[in-house]
Amino acid sequence: MIDQVDLSLVNWARAQFALTAMYHWLFVPLTLGLTFLIAFFETIYVKTGSEQWKELTRFWMKLFGINFAIGVATGIILEFEFGTNWSNYSWMVGDIFGAPLAIEGIVAFFLEATFFAVMFFGWNRVSKGFHLLSTWMVAIGSNLSALWILVANGWMQHPTGMAFNPDTARFEMQNFFDIILSPYAISKFTHATTSGFALSSFFVIAVSSYYLAKKRHVLMAKRSIAVASVFGLVASLMLAYTGDEAAFLDAKHQPMKLAAMEGLWEGTTNAPIVAVGIINGMKRPGDFHEPFVYEVKIPGMLSLLANRQAGSFVPGINDLVYGNKEQGIMGATDKVEKGRLAVKYLADYKHAQKEGDIKKASAALVEFKKYQQYLGYGHLKSPEEAVPPVPLTFYSFHMMAAVGSAMILILFLYFFYTARGKLEEVRWLYPVGILFFFLAYAAGEAGWVVAEVGRQPWAIQGLLPVSVARTDIAPVNVKLTFFMFLATFTLLLIAEVKIMLKQIQIGPKEVA
Amino acid sequence: MIGSLDHSTLQQLWWVLASVVGSLFLFLTFVQGGQTLIWQLGKNDTEKSLIINSIGRKWELTFTTLVLFGGALFAAFPKFYATSFGGAYWVWIAILFTFIVQAVSFEYRKKPGNLLGATGYELFLFINGAVGILLIGTAVGTFFTGSNFILNEYNFVRWTNPLRGLEAAGNIFNVSLGLFLVFNARVLGALYLLNNIDFSGLDDFRQRTRDAVLRNFLCSLPFLLVVVAGLLTMKGFNVDPVTGKVDMVAFKYLKNLLAMPQVLVLLLAGLGLVIYAVKQTMTKQKENGIWFAGIGTVLVGLAVFFTAAFNNTPFYPSKADLQSSLTIYNASSSHYTLTAMTYVAFIIPVVLAYIAYVWYQMDRTKLEASEVSGQEAEENY
Repeated sequence: MIDQVDLSLVNWARAQFALTAMYHWLFVPLTLGLTFLIAFFETIYVKTGSEQWKELTRFWMKLFGINFAIGVATGIILEFEFGTNWSNYSWMVGDIFGAPLAIEGIVAFFLEATFFAVMFFGWNRVSKGFHLLSTWMVAIGSNLSALWILVANGWMQHPTGMAFNPDTARFEMQNFFDIILSPYAISKFTHATTSGFALSSFFVIAVSSYYLAKKRHVLMAKRSIAVASVFGLVASLMLAYTGDEAAFLDAKHQPMKLAAMEGLWEGTTNAPIVAVGIINGMKRPGDFHEPFVYEVKIPGMLSLLANRQAGSFVPGINDLVYGNKEQGIMGATDKVEKGRLAVKYLADYKHAQKEGDIKKASAALVEFKKYQQYLGYGHLKSPEEAVPPVPLTFYSFHMMAAVGSAMILILFLYFFYTARGKLEEVRWLYPVGILFFFLAYAAGEAGWVVAEVGRQPWAIQGLLPVSVARTDIAPVNVKLTFFMFLATFTLLLIAEVKIMLKQIQIGPKEVA
Repeated sequence: MIGSLDHSTLQQLWWVLASVVGSLFLFLTFVQGGQTLIWQLGKNDTEKSLIINSIGRKWELTFTTLVLFGGALFAAFPKFYATSFGGAYWVWIAILFTFIVQAVSFEYRKKPGNLLGATGYELFLFINGAVGILLIGTAVGTFFTGSNFILNEYNFVRWTNPLRGLEAAGNIFNVSLGLFLVFNARVLGALYLLNNIDFSGLDDFRQRTRDAVLRNFLCSLPFLLVVVAGLLTMKGFNVDPVTGKVDMVAFKYLKNLLAMPQVLVLLLAGLGLVIYAVKQTMTKQKENGIWFAGIGTVLVGLAVFFTAAFNNTPFYPSKADLQSSLTIYNASSSHYTLTAMTYVAFIIPVVLAYIAYVWYQMDRTKLEASEVSGQEAEENY
């Protein structure tokens, strides 16, 4: 199916996608949550008629607009990168993957684009009520857009509702509802959006804390925090809950990712969670190195979290590579062997068809069907290739989980002191709130590293490795565009941050 | 109900839908056209701000329509998406870059501390309006002149020219189509500004804008001539409906137009409407030309897309290997996917309705100079 794979090409294409996705994720979470916060602020304004709430709304809206523009700029590239860098992927799964992208355009982007203009320029052109409706539409539109793109991502993590068609050599959709209602789709959507809500709350809290520390715009800052801390607290609790759900799904459908997240090499019953650990970088599949240089374990926790059953067996990386008969786990070794047969019979089928030998073709097809579920494994060079980068996945996961848990506490503190009316007294909390805004960003990016690096080498879990998914192109082209994107996005990011800081420094308009 | 439609009907339906989105995009390029007029028409800060705030309230609509055009092609014709984006790599990357820099420019141009200064962002807008549209036109040109790719038995693309799509810019027909679209966008841009801005007390500015309509229309004519003459005389790609074999046929696109008189009517009516809009604007001082020229552009766009794909014509032909050429029948999604997407498409009228309503709400009073300068200006671009 593929002739000499150029690994440097695949890696550059991956690096480029990672770069653009991570830049995009600097802006998207803020869009997802800040729109809702602005909609809350404006609702209060419309209910109370208070000019102060109006100015407060307009201030956050201005910051929202600065962030939104660069989110759009980084977003367009992602949609088209599937085509430019992952052309074979686009063909092989376009029948399924294209639909959510198109639906995203139809139902979500137009809502955002249309009502965005009203939100910013319609204050004096439409009624108060219609303006408020527009703000809500932007909030709903941006989150609907997240829904559809995460349906697409969820499908990559856990492909369902489709079948392989040997005649077209692609996967074709069989059940639309299996795809959009897949538990992975729902998990990805809820986890990613709630992380955006929590991060946006920290954004509002961080900026407002800065004002409190400087004793500027005190009333506005306190009001902003009051709304953001409630929204953030609810979101961060949901975030933890959906995170747990995501790990549970990984245990079922992406056990290799889960094993890498926990650095679990040998499967075991009563599997522990590593609370803190330093990974042994020498460790490779099948060898006898110790997995950790240093670790603090909580026994039994992983069995409980992964399978929701105390003492249950959780497979390790080695079980998944080499198999574990006792537990009935087929290893990548066997899958690769079967997959290679699938690749061979598919080629025979194609060849016989070209020759017009119908008998030979149908015989090859019968054989192919026996092994087709392992087709993706047939493209791996070795069973060990099925293992994702363990240290990166492990550290990213642990960082994300630790920050995510601490976020709940910090948001609770802001909420607690706001409710007690003591926010102006707890000045030590302000730098913590500002710090956690940055930590929340790091955690969000780390979450995507877990989700995407943790499922390597697969573009589509178990079906299509990145080495097949790529475009047939000289690596120099992709390398060049990588640096073009890096330079452009970095330049725009610097501009964005400078503008943002300047606007924060100027602050909201004070009205009596 | 839709599930009972046969595959080829759905394939045709989706080509029509994609063509409508693509043609609406061409109308909405009045934003890009306006972007290239900022320096020419705006002689001071207020005038520039008026231009930017006028088209700036619509830029996202244009942008989104382009994204939907890409998304619809991905969903309905994934083989085209995979072949063209992966194959003609550099053309698409270049187009995308011009849209990346566009997306921030309206918002950042006037903001304090914006790193590049207002002129920097105005340059970005100019690049998007000129280079972006030129390249899009060039890419559409290859629907007729063909590209350099070979598909293997797994339908994976191999591009046979190392320029990866940029070679299309070496073809006069392609470039002429691109330049025609650039000047047409400028005509549309000037017409939109005439319609949208309150010029009271700005008579010079109004005259300049009006002159721009005629000047750019005249500039577009030679390129239109090359495109039309080329289209009517060139050898084209033809697919045999029985065997599926592709070969070259003399006067193919002329034959398409004659075989599909409705398409010929679309083309002539579209061009007629654009000419009528320019005439009314220049001789009768009308300000509603954008609607005639806009609808005209949509009709011309439809005619172009239909000529490229219907009447046994591969819409994305390969010069390198005729048999690799893509038709709407061999490049499409499965029957199931097209059916599902067709149900989704029922929401499109709702989308169009709220866009029209908001457009009306926002544009029923014209943009005044006082809105973009002084107290109110802070909220604006």
